Amino acid sequence: MFIIKNKKIFIGISIVLIIFSIVSISIFRLKVGIDFKGGALTEVVYKDARPDQAELNSALGALNFGSILLQPTGDMGYIVKSRDLNEAEHGLLLKTLSQDGKNILEEKSFNSIGPSVGRELTKKAIIAIILVSLAIILFIAYAFRKVSKPVSSWRYGLIAVVSLLHDVTIPIGLFAILSHYYGAELDTLFVVAALTILGLSVSDTIVIFDRIRENLRNRVETSFPKTVGKSLEQSYVRSICTSLTVILVLLSLFFFGPVSTKYFALMLTAGMFFGTYSSIFLASPLLVLVEEWQKKK
Amino acid sequence: MKKRILALIILILGVGVAFFVFKSEPKLNPNFENQSSFFKHHPFRLGLDLSGGSHLIYKADVSAIKAGEVSGSMNALRDVIERRVNLFGVSEPVVQVQEGGFVSGGEKKLIVDLPGITDVEKATEMIGQTPLLEFKIERPKDQPITIKPDKSGKIDIGAINLEQQYVSTDLTGRYLKKATLEFDQNTREPKVGLQFDDTGTKLFAQITKDNVGKIVAIFLDGAPISTPVVREEIPDGQAVISGNFIPTEAKQLVGRLNSGALPVPITLLSRQTIGAILGDNAVHAGVKAAIIGFLIIALFLILWYRLPGLIAVIALCIYISIILALFKLLPVTLTAAGIAGFIISLGIAVDANILIFERVKEEMRSGRTVLDAVSTGFSRAWFSIRDSNTSSIITAIILFWFGTSLIKGFALTLGMGVLVSMLSAITITRIFLSAISFVVESKLTRFLFSSGLSK
Repeated sequence: MFIIKNKKIFIGISIVLIIFSIVSISIFRLKVGIDFKGGALTEVVYKDARPDQAELNSALGALNFGSILLQPTGDMGYIVKSRDLNEAEHGLLLKTLSQDGKNILEEKSFNSIGPSVGRELTKKAIIAIILVSLAIILFIAYAFRKVSKPVSSWRYGLIAVVSLLHDVTIPIGLFAILSHYYGAELDTLFVVAALTILGLSVSDTIVIFDRIRENLRNRVETSFPKTVGKSLEQSYVRSICTSLTVILVLLSLFFFGPVSTKYFALMLTAGMFFGTYSSIFLASPLLVLVEEWQKKK
Repeated sequence: MKKRILALIILILGVGVAFFVFKSEPKLNPNFENQSSFFKHHPFRLGLDLSGGSHLIYKADVSAIKAGEVSGSMNALRDVIERRVNLFGVSEPVVQVQEGGFVSGGEKKLIVDLPGITDVEKATEMIGQTPLLEFKIERPKDQPITIKPDKSGKIDIGAINLEQQYVSTDLTGRYLKKATLEFDQNTREPKVGLQFDDTGTKLFAQITKDNVGKIVAIFLDGAPISTPVVREEIPDGQAVISGNFIPTEAKQLVGRLNSGALPVPITLLSRQTIGAILGDNAVHAGVKAAIIGFLIIALFLILWYRLPGLIAVIALCIYISIILALFKLLPVTLTAAGIAGFIISLGIAVDANILIFERVKEEMRSGRTVLDAVSTGFSRAWFSIRDSNTSSIITAIILFWFGTSLIKGFALTLGMGVLVSMLSAITITRIFLSAISFVVESKLTRFLFSSGLSK
């Protein structure tokens, strides 16, 4: 099986991608959205003509709402990012944006989140991340509870976890780039996407590992690397096909779906893609590598 | 033969469910207005981000309330706000208390969803206003009424009649549980029924006992709205204001009484408003993405898996009908994230079929007949199917537990999708496949049951 023969190349690709992701996360940083840090987001669309950005900026500055970020959206609209606003302040903002009512606008959405709500959501997100990770690790432990040779059971589990980390890190790295260049923000959907990736991609690895152990028991091949290769041969088509169907619907969601779930769909697509990649090109080669190291000792 | 009848029954049932989904959707059914109420009452329930509307989060200040009474007060608060919102004419508002729990440090919150309301200024004003409801008794005769002439020397007669005539009691709107509109059984005259809570009942009993034959005036924001005469002591906390009401007047009074009783002070923490156009666009985009996603999968399944693929597509159609009907019947509130969950579940739903077909193919390669391969393939694929869905279900459950309404929508549609699809993909496909696998072993059947680029 060429994947096993060239395992170092494929593991290498994964390592490079992970390093690339970590670098992109640490350089670009993830912009935290108002879901978590609190703040207000106002989206307006002008009916006739969009006022000049600099002009609006100076008018908004006079409101003393702290720092206000004005982003053009579409042909006729602006997105205004500011600290959280109460009703009176919100009214003032709209008045300023409409240039005292002279320039008719429609408020498409307004979202103001108080800092305490943001803090609570952050706490909840962290708890959810911990819980899902724990549950997935427990699930992996359960799936690999039976001891098998020549690689002991917990190593299968550990490699499954490693490939999971790989599956989540790369989309997050990708998101950091999106965050930098397109202003994508870390919001609740981002957390949901990351957690859903964990749930979706772990199964692939487990199914392939199961096949390896089944073939080991039945002594299908003579050596461990050959058995792993044979197992991969038997399962890579279904692995790719099952992920492909999910990726196809995700792409359709990305291209045609609602604006609010675009980044969500993109992140999940990346997660599914690298999840499949890792179960075929990373997890199984790693297993063979571990077995080789064991032999050398 | 039996199997074929079973397959036919399932097909008919599936069409029936799809028919229900179609009939109960106003946009799909041109005759919607003339349908029976069963169809009319089951449209999809859209979340605020799709229907447009406002989502408000209030913090409730419960510091002045005794520890044991907090949850009672919060429920009372919810009822009051719910009534106020209903008065505002909002269709299907959602008002719920969010328990603090250990995550948010015991802070009590009230969440108000107002579909279709984007003019939140007005709505928040109405929710947040705290009109004061008071019960006053006649001023004892031995207490003189003090009348001060104003600067011009005139005496304000109105002040004598209204304010000075009565003195305050401890009974306020805080203790009013609810007011209801009633009709006298004999005269059909409208009446206003009052129900106090426990403390209010005691206070009211004392007040009525001391004031039999006198007036107990009900003041709203300092103005008397009703001045009934007490006939006897009322110990059960129930009072009826009967007067010469016309129905609309009585209804208005009930509304005002209910809105007067806000048991816990609240402050607005956050609000989210989505314009109707934005919501509409999201719905269209979501539907478009779902349809395109479905078509791509159907195409892929038929091209790659041939005959079994076609059956998987039929099973997928039945799955879609079932899940959409469930969304309507339960009902599930659909959000953009919820639609995303549903769309992803389309992809996951065929996973089980793919696992089965790949296994069937393998069994055929190892020399089994088509019929044999199908039945062995099904039983051997089950463990993989179970394993590959378990982790998704675990994630969905935790997300549902943790979630805000946005995330709950996603977790629910995804979780339901995975569960229902396990059923549909395995059972339905199996029944259909065994119904048609009567065919004798031939090159054609082997071709039809093969997949990919093989011949």
